[in-house]
Amino acid sequence: MSKSRLFQIDAPASRPRINRTASPILALSVPWISVIIGSIAPAWFVIASAPVLPPFAFLIFVSWRQLRPGVLPMWAGLPLGLVDDLYSGQPMGSAILLWSIACIVLDIIETRLPWRNFATEWLVASGLITAYIILSLGIANLAGASTYILATVPQIITSILIYPLVGRIVSALDRFRLMPIAEIG
Amino acid sequence: MAPSVNRRSGYSRRAQFSTFLAYLAGVLGAVVGAALLVVSIIDPAAFSGLRSFGAAIAEPGGQAAASGRNASRGILSTIEAYFRAASQNARLQRELKEAKIRLVEADSIAAENRRLKELMGLTRQNAKPVAFTQIIASSASSTRRLATLGAGTRNGVAVGMPVRTPTGLVGRVLETGPSTSRVLLVTDTESVVPVRRTSDGLPAYAQGLGDGTLRIRLINLGINPLKVGDVLATSGSGGLYRPDTALGVVTRLLKDGAIARVLSDPATAGYVMVEEAWASHAISQDELGPVPASPASDKAGGQ
Repeated sequence: MSKSRLFQIDAPASRPRINRTASPILALSVPWISVIIGSIAPAWFVIASAPVLPPFAFLIFVSWRQLRPGVLPMWAGLPLGLVDDLYSGQPMGSAILLWSIACIVLDIIETRLPWRNFATEWLVASGLITAYIILSLGIANLAGASTYILATVPQIITSILIYPLVGRIVSALDRFRLMPIAEIG
Repeated sequence: MAPSVNRRSGYSRRAQFSTFLAYLAGVLGAVVGAALLVVSIIDPAAFSGLRSFGAAIAEPGGQAAASGRNASRGILSTIEAYFRAASQNARLQRELKEAKIRLVEADSIAAENRRLKELMGLTRQNAKPVAFTQIIASSASSTRRLATLGAGTRNGVAVGMPVRTPTGLVGRVLETGPSTSRVLLVTDTESVVPVRRTSDGLPAYAQGLGDGTLRIRLINLGINPLKVGDVLATSGSGGLYRPDTALGVVTRLLKDGAIARVLSDPATAGYVMVEEAWASHAISQDELGPVPASPASDKAGGQ
């Protein structure tokens, strides 16, 4: 050690930025895990006596489909909806059916739209969310409940207003998912 | 993100095939969902095993969140109490004086009650609580009002048992797993509780509305005798809920009943108590002798 430095500029601890790619495990698993967490975790934090929380798992699911149509496949509604049905309180099969249909409808709408911006995506998602909440109510009522449709109005409004925020979180997760951490070769 | 330009699969067989398969997979998912839905509508208990398995997986997180929720509520109420300490102290002392008098009166009534029960041959009416536990999750985004408790069959919880807090009735157990159980809250639209007005015993039914309130339906038709502020408690008819468990307060009158607010909001209840179903206990105490527990609790569970 002939010369002493105050600052080590090229610290060996810092990650080299070239010759790196995204970790395939992270890139594949983050979308699925984020939707599953959206199904389970919100139920812990509010013991609600009215349907107050937006259906976060569905919002995250639609966000991923809008942001990266290829990341969650068309059949993703089956396993993810199954997990959601275990925790949501809806009759089993409700989310599987509605999420699968939402996936197909979203795909059809997106092929019809030649261009897109924030407003159109929000509008499309708002339509899906409103239909989802009302159809979920219909399915629950079919299975024996008898809740009034007006009880879902606050939930629909909060869900539509919070959707852009969920979209930002999902795009942050997308950046996290594609972080270059795995070494090539 | 913009859709890929190559949406039309054109002449490429492979591209056509993969587009077709993607849609087919989506439709298959919807068909499977519809089939499961039909099964669960015909037999609501069909997937209870799967659900309690799911609840058991999520239990540690739920327990941690419940403890955190209780702790944060404690901190907030402590801070709030500082701002109202003096006036509250004066009010509490006044109430304590009144309560002491009432307590003496209640003692004599309890003694009289005991004597009358002995006369009638009723030995014991207060069943032991089965479990004290936390509510670890609730269906906050669904129109159904269900909650998950952190106690299950391992703690002695069985289907049909009423769940309550010190301030009143919360619901009854719908499904049980080894360490968790699912509770149908009284505010769910499928929950119907036989009640009576505490002041004069006027009988009625309280059905949940799904939005945190109860719809009170009177049994006697005619002029609506309910008034805003009336307190309703369980009547014990039907045999599921123990009599005189407080349930709700009337907040708004309707032509043929009223809307009531639930007294024990599960959101503010730290711990809940699972009790034995009242009817099975009463039956086993009566001349029927010891009966197997399951038929009695089934009967109670089905109301």
